[in-house]
Formats: sequence, structure tokens, C-alpha cells
Amino acid sequence: MTESSGPGPSEPPRPSEPAQPAEPRGGGLASAAADVRLWFAPERLREEGGTPDYRFSLANERTFLAWLRTAMALVGGGFAVDQFLPETARPLRLALALILLAGGALCALRAISHWVRCERAMRRGEDLPMSRFPVVLGLAVGVVALLMVIVAAFGWGG
Amino acid sequence: MPDGKGTHGPPTRDRDPGLQPERTRLAWRRTTLACAVAASLAGRQTLHSGIDPASLVVLALVVVAWLAFLALAHRRIRAMRMPRPPALSPRAAVAAVACTLALAVLGAAMLR
Repeated sequence: MTESSGPGPSEPPRPSEPAQPAEPRGGGLASAAADVRLWFAPERLREEGGTPDYRFSLANERTFLAWLRTAMALVGGGFAVDQFLPETARPLRLALALILLAGGALCALRAISHWVRCERAMRRGEDLPMSRFPVVLGLAVGVVALLMVIVAAFGWGG
Repeated sequence: MPDGKGTHGPPTRDRDPGLQPERTRLAWRRTTLACAVAASLAGRQTLHSGIDPASLVVLALVVVAWLAFLALAHRRIRAMRMPRPPALSPRAAVAAVACTLALAVLGAAMLR
């Protein structure tokens, strides 16, 4: 799905903050826990920095929704594998379905994690967080798709 | 033009120059559609092995998850009528993600 999340005709005002190292790695688990706490505490998110231009928040929201759609597509795909490939051997069919479902769940969790981190970065005037997730997801979906083509072409019946 | 403090300014009659609220509204609509497709497949999954009490309960929960997402999207779409809508609240974002996770878990419980 195409998703243009550009902020509009005007250039985003660049904050005069020095460039941050992308994705600070120190204390990964602790910072992840702090991020998760932010999901459930809107007032704590609002305490950080200043309110960004509403257009940037909306663009972040659209990106979040695009990821959520990806997650839903993966979840739907998981059920589709189970329901529409009945001739496939059961273990293989279940494995493919579960991989897709787990991928969808992961994608949904990543969607909100990325949204909250982007929102916080915008409030603080920092660089947006970088992530390997899109590449990993792309490769994983490619592998699963290839596997399904092979399954469909050679008809691994049960 | 917005001045970077959009949500605090007095509501004005002007529209956003980039139609951001409009695009966000449509993004919610698309996502609701995707949710409907995923929920249909999840619902179909629960009835895949036949109708029994357990699958009916799970089917009902799938419908609840879908309705919750629909309500959430509707609320947010209504907020988009303002020229400068407030930012999405983390609670709404968590609820939307929870609906997706619920569909995945409920349907997965019915895999055969």
C-alpha cells in the first residue's frame, strides 16, 4: 500500500539539536521497558519536550497505521494459508500459518513501539529512530513467499 | 499556516494545506478495511472445524475485537474533522494494536 507520510508542502523545521547517534544501544532492556511504560502513560509522553506540529504527529500516525495494516495482512495471510491450502501436509501448513501469525503479532507490537519512539523523538527534537525491522520483515516475507510458491508448485500433499 | 503549536492554537476555519487530517482519516478507513478482512478470516477459522460451543465463544470474541477496532477508528475519524486534530493518544494506539493481537491469538487457538 502506498503511504505518503510527508509533512506537507513546507519543509519540516529542523531543530537545532546536535545529531543523536541512532538507536542508543546502552541498557537495551531497560530502555525497552521504559518505552513500553510510555505506551500506557500518555501524560508521561506529553511531559517530554514540546508539542510538535500536528502535521508531523498525523504523519507518524499514518505510518503507524500502515504498519498496523501490514500486521493485519500477515495475520489474515496466516489464516488464509490454513484455510485455502487444504492439500498441504498439516505440519507444513501449520508451520507456515504460525510463522505468518507470529510475524503479524510482532509487526503490530513493533508498530506501536516505533510510533511511541518517533513521537518522543519529535517532542524532544531528536533524530527519528532507525530500525532494521523493515529489512528483516522484507527478507522474512520473501522467504515465506518463496516457500509457499514451492509448496503450491510441487503440491506437497498430506 | 500552522506555527508548530497547532494543537494549542484556537480552532480556525482554514483547512490544512497538505490535507493531513483527510489523509489520516483515509488511513484509518483503510486500516478498518484491513481489520475487517483479517477478522473475517479469523472468524472463518473458528468455524473451520465445525460449530461447537468453544468455536462460537471464540467467534464472538473475534467479533468483539473487530467492533472495538471499528469504534476506535470511528472516534479517531471524528477527531479528524478539526482543522488541527490533536495527536493520537497512546491508549488508542495500544487498543488498536491489542485488537490486531487478539485476532491473531484467537484465530491461532483454532488452527487445526
